[in-house]
Amino acid sequence: MLIKQISVFVENKPGRLCGITKLLKENDIDIRALSIADTKDFGILRLIVNKPDQAVEALKNHDCMVSLTNVVAVGISDKPGGLAAVMDTLYAYNITVEYMYAFISKEADKAYVIFRVDNNDKALEALTEKDFTILTSEQVYDM
Amino acid sequence: MSKYWNEAIECAKPHEMKALQSFRLSQTVRRVYENVPFYRDKMDTAGVKPEDIRSVEDLHKLPFVVKQDLRDTYPYGMFAVPMEQVVRLHASSGTTGKQIVVGYTHNDLDMWADCCARAITAAGGDKTDFMHVSYGYGLFTGGLGIHGGAEKVGMTVIPVSVGNTNRQINIIKDFGSTIICCTPSYALFLAETMQEMGISKDDIKLKAGIFGAEPWTEEMRKEIEDKLGLKAFDIYGLTEIIGPGVAFECEEQTGMHINEDNFIVETINPDTGEVLPEGEQGELVFTCITKEAFPIIRYRTRDIGVLSRNKCSCGRTLVKMLKPRGRSDDMLIIRGVNVFPSQIESVLLSLGNSTPHYQLIVDRVNNTDTLEIKVELTAEMFSDTVKSLEEHERAIKSAVESTLGISAKITLVEPKTLTRFEGKAVRVIDNRKLH
Repeated sequence: MLIKQISVFVENKPGRLCGITKLLKENDIDIRALSIADTKDFGILRLIVNKPDQAVEALKNHDCMVSLTNVVAVGISDKPGGLAAVMDTLYAYNITVEYMYAFISKEADKAYVIFRVDNNDKALEALTEKDFTILTSEQVYDM
Repeated sequence: MSKYWNEAIECAKPHEMKALQSFRLSQTVRRVYENVPFYRDKMDTAGVKPEDIRSVEDLHKLPFVVKQDLRDTYPYGMFAVPMEQVVRLHASSGTTGKQIVVGYTHNDLDMWADCCARAITAAGGDKTDFMHVSYGYGLFTGGLGIHGGAEKVGMTVIPVSVGNTNRQINIIKDFGSTIICCTPSYALFLAETMQEMGISKDDIKLKAGIFGAEPWTEEMRKEIEDKLGLKAFDIYGLTEIIGPGVAFECEEQTGMHINEDNFIVETINPDTGEVLPEGEQGELVFTCITKEAFPIIRYRTRDIGVLSRNKCSCGRTLVKMLKPRGRSDDMLIIRGVNVFPSQIESVLLSLGNSTPHYQLIVDRVNNTDTLEIKVELTAEMFSDTVKSLEEHERAIKSAVESTLGISAKITLVEPKTLTRFEGKAVRVIDNRKLH
């Protein structure tokens, strides 16, 4: 089960992140997880939100450069070695990670990791086989 | 409907045209000598008398006029008729200095409209067409100039002027505009906005566009034609000469026919002022031979172009000027290399996934010129990874380097953030303090 991640191109200039987050607020969009990749001149803001389609529309209407990417959300136990176990599996199945970011849940002892990998199908297959919890989009959006 | 507006002139035999030009030139020179102290002083200094100018062959004896002369005689010092005969003034936006003012008599306006009518007819327009004019109306010559030509043809003219792009598109759709006139960069902007509004080129009736007032490339022409579903014609003009309609393109789309019965063209070496043989690239110089109020003689345009008398398939015998490569004013010298912004545009369009929305920023750091090219990101270029954006930057950088021979820093910017053109595009910001 894949979930939709929104990527937004952000020029490095004052006020851009402020503008984008304000726009999400005005459209009543709740952010579930985020990360930002930064270079000298620009950044890419990656977001998991409760209403991805509405968020994309709102951003596009304000001339933001946006793309949607399918990513994998995995639930792991929040203890030493929890993430290592997942990485071990991905490595064993020869799956390349482009980037990843994690967030902890309201539930005790649970953490979640968002993976952007080179082959989603293979990743889902491998993680399912090793009994990792793959989150559905409903689970993530309604979190 | 004839494919020519004025067949006798547009298809005249070369020797007849030359005779007409020679006669008109000698009359004009006599008139400016008598009525404009500026010309009399200049000719006296150069030792040339009006009777020395009997034919086109004698033109080279006359001194040049440059833009600074128009500033020095601002506002009315170059006018050749009393002001009560002047019925209209236009002015050029003084982006590089003080503005200049030009005047028109009734006859001048009529001649101008005739020139524009030829351009419109060559683009396939006639009185059944709806002419959508998105050039600015006002002191800028674009709007009212084309407007006069379109009315002369008897078209249904829609004088929209610039601005409010969404409204423009609704008008194109609802009023059934068939021909549009605007700057080429605005034409592309219209196409993009149309796409965003969910209107396709099949929803509109545009069949031709007459685009000018800024240099553009063949790649840009193709993109405009594809996106708007029309045939794109170039038109050339300068406020100092008359405005749009000095030269116009025919269906062959390989250069612009100059209205030689009104304007004599020469190409010169911009450094020495020496007249070049036709066919050699040089600075275009125009002489007005029918204008009454503002008959400028040997005006140096700073535009670089090439003339051609090769037989044109349209049947016109008027000399053709190949698309100016850019104004010599626009030419940048960066680390000793001549760079025209239009070359950068060609490079970007040749890569396929970028738009021609760019801006060049030139600076000088530690006595070395630096060039930064800002390029607006397109949906095709953007994905979620930094890696893919950096690959696009590298591709642009290496294409610029291999084409121009200079290295540039490429900066991708958000869509629609570069200074937008409802008039002319701001392509170059030169921060070097060279003067």
